[in-house]
Amino acid sequence: MARQSFSAVRLPGFTTTAVLVFLALYVPIFTLVAYSFNASQSVAVWGGFSLDWYAKAWANTQVKEATLRSLLIAVSASAIATAAATMAALGTTRRKAFRGQTFIYVMINQPLMVPEIVTAVALLIFFAAIKVATGYQGLGYLILAHSAFCIPFAYLPIRARLEGMDLSLETAAADLYATPWQTFRRVTLPLLGPGIIAGAMLAFVISLDDVVITEFVKSGGQDTLPTYMLGQMRRQLTPEINAISTMLLMLTVAILTAFFLLTRKND
Amino acid sequence: MSPAEKAQGARTIRNAWLLSAPALILLTVAAAGPLLIVLVYSFLLKGQYGNVEWGFSLDGWRGILFTKDIFDDTMVLADAHLTIFWRSVKLSILTTLITFVVGFPTAWFIATRPPKARALWLFLITIPFWTNLLIRTYAINEVLRKEGLVNAVLLKLGVIEVPLDMLYGPFAIFVGMTYVYLPLMVLPLFAAIDRFDMRLLEAGYDLYASRLQVLRRVILPIVKPGIVAGSILVFVPSLGAYVTPRVLGGGKQMMIGNFIELQFGQGRNWPLGSALSMALLVVVMVALLIYVRFANRENAHG
Repeated sequence: MARQSFSAVRLPGFTTTAVLVFLALYVPIFTLVAYSFNASQSVAVWGGFSLDWYAKAWANTQVKEATLRSLLIAVSASAIATAAATMAALGTTRRKAFRGQTFIYVMINQPLMVPEIVTAVALLIFFAAIKVATGYQGLGYLILAHSAFCIPFAYLPIRARLEGMDLSLETAAADLYATPWQTFRRVTLPLLGPGIIAGAMLAFVISLDDVVITEFVKSGGQDTLPTYMLGQMRRQLTPEINAISTMLLMLTVAILTAFFLLTRKND
Repeated sequence: MSPAEKAQGARTIRNAWLLSAPALILLTVAAAGPLLIVLVYSFLLKGQYGNVEWGFSLDGWRGILFTKDIFDDTMVLADAHLTIFWRSVKLSILTTLITFVVGFPTAWFIATRPPKARALWLFLITIPFWTNLLIRTYAINEVLRKEGLVNAVLLKLGVIEVPLDMLYGPFAIFVGMTYVYLPLMVLPLFAAIDRFDMRLLEAGYDLYASRLQVLRRVILPIVKPGIVAGSILVFVPSLGAYVTPRVLGGGKQMMIGNFIELQFGQGRNWPLGSALSMALLVVVMVALLIYVRFANRENAHG
């Protein structure tokens, strides 16, 4: 066989390392998924294929309630965060630099910079005081907290979309005597649509996955799916955790694939 | 500028603030604002059953490094605390280093694929990044446990005779953090390498540089901003990690994040917990400032 020709971009060992890294990234996840189909009682011993643990997770009322709670919070929080982020993106892009712009950027990206544990502690203290003062113990605190930390994730794709948008269509609409509102409703918003959907999907995934802030903010009996799982990990593990993880994993991968296809088409 | 233009300018600025207002209010109420409360709490007296009592005190801040001697009331260095800080810093640095060592070839590999395949490889890196952190940490638990994949393979190959006890300790935390934060290193590295003009490599080789020289003298200096960004993105969450050390550390091997939680739980020392949170925040902010200054300097020099 002929010796491979010299290629400037190839560096020795890099491809091997990369392939090993991809294997290392996926093997643990696949192991986890595989063991969700384990018939054995233990997470450790393979006892043949079975869907029992899915049935068990499905019948578990705690899991069901936690799932519904997770979805309710994620839907509300991503809707609120996306609305706020869309407005902020419209306000901060496509205009001349102004005083305070940096402040707005820093505030919006703040959840990405502050360690989650610090925010979690801050919200614990703050909401504990409000809970005592008002007596309200509901899901509102979790929705509020999730809405806040989802904002930067919704903001980034929307802003990217806005910056890549052609201004001439809006100018044309204005030239044709459309009111500013009509221009926004009929031209800007439809063009911005994919960015908004992408932002909402990221916010949804981020909210659905949150453990730390939820763990500190939730009142008794307000477990979401991730905090329920975290609690279970202290006990004897059964493949039920794997089954729940697999279902959550599937949901995330489905949303991400949709996101991937959506953003790729626009390139 | 005409008065009309001036008024127009003022109006767009007002609109910018009005449109940003909902986001700013949400973030003030449920993210940035409460941080100020933590700052205040760090200077208060600790309550007997948790919470705080109103009264100025530096005990919270002093408690980070010192503890009252049990026998006389003198302050001594709190060895247990120092052990936790050192473990956090050590594991975070190690995680940053190893994610760079394996992440750089990975990012290079992705960036040198043909455009179509590149999108797919990039997507494969992104999926774990967006996958629930808890699930990924649990997956590592699954691999490292006594009956897990690593031990099973090693036993089968005859490398070991008794399963290795890898779980619940600094090693498991390190492996877990490397696993969960790796995409945060690869993505900025990829972004930097992607902008790199590959013709520079050929120029280097044409001038009789060896592969190592090209790597050190041509590639690394140009992708430096990506290295700094990736290192910060890995180091910052590693230092504040909570879930990974809790699930893989087995409760005894705490990191700063778990230590902070302890103060608000069994420790019942809210001022100390608040002071620790603020100290962690300061360290992270310093790291970010270094990054911003570095990034600006790079831009200024072209």
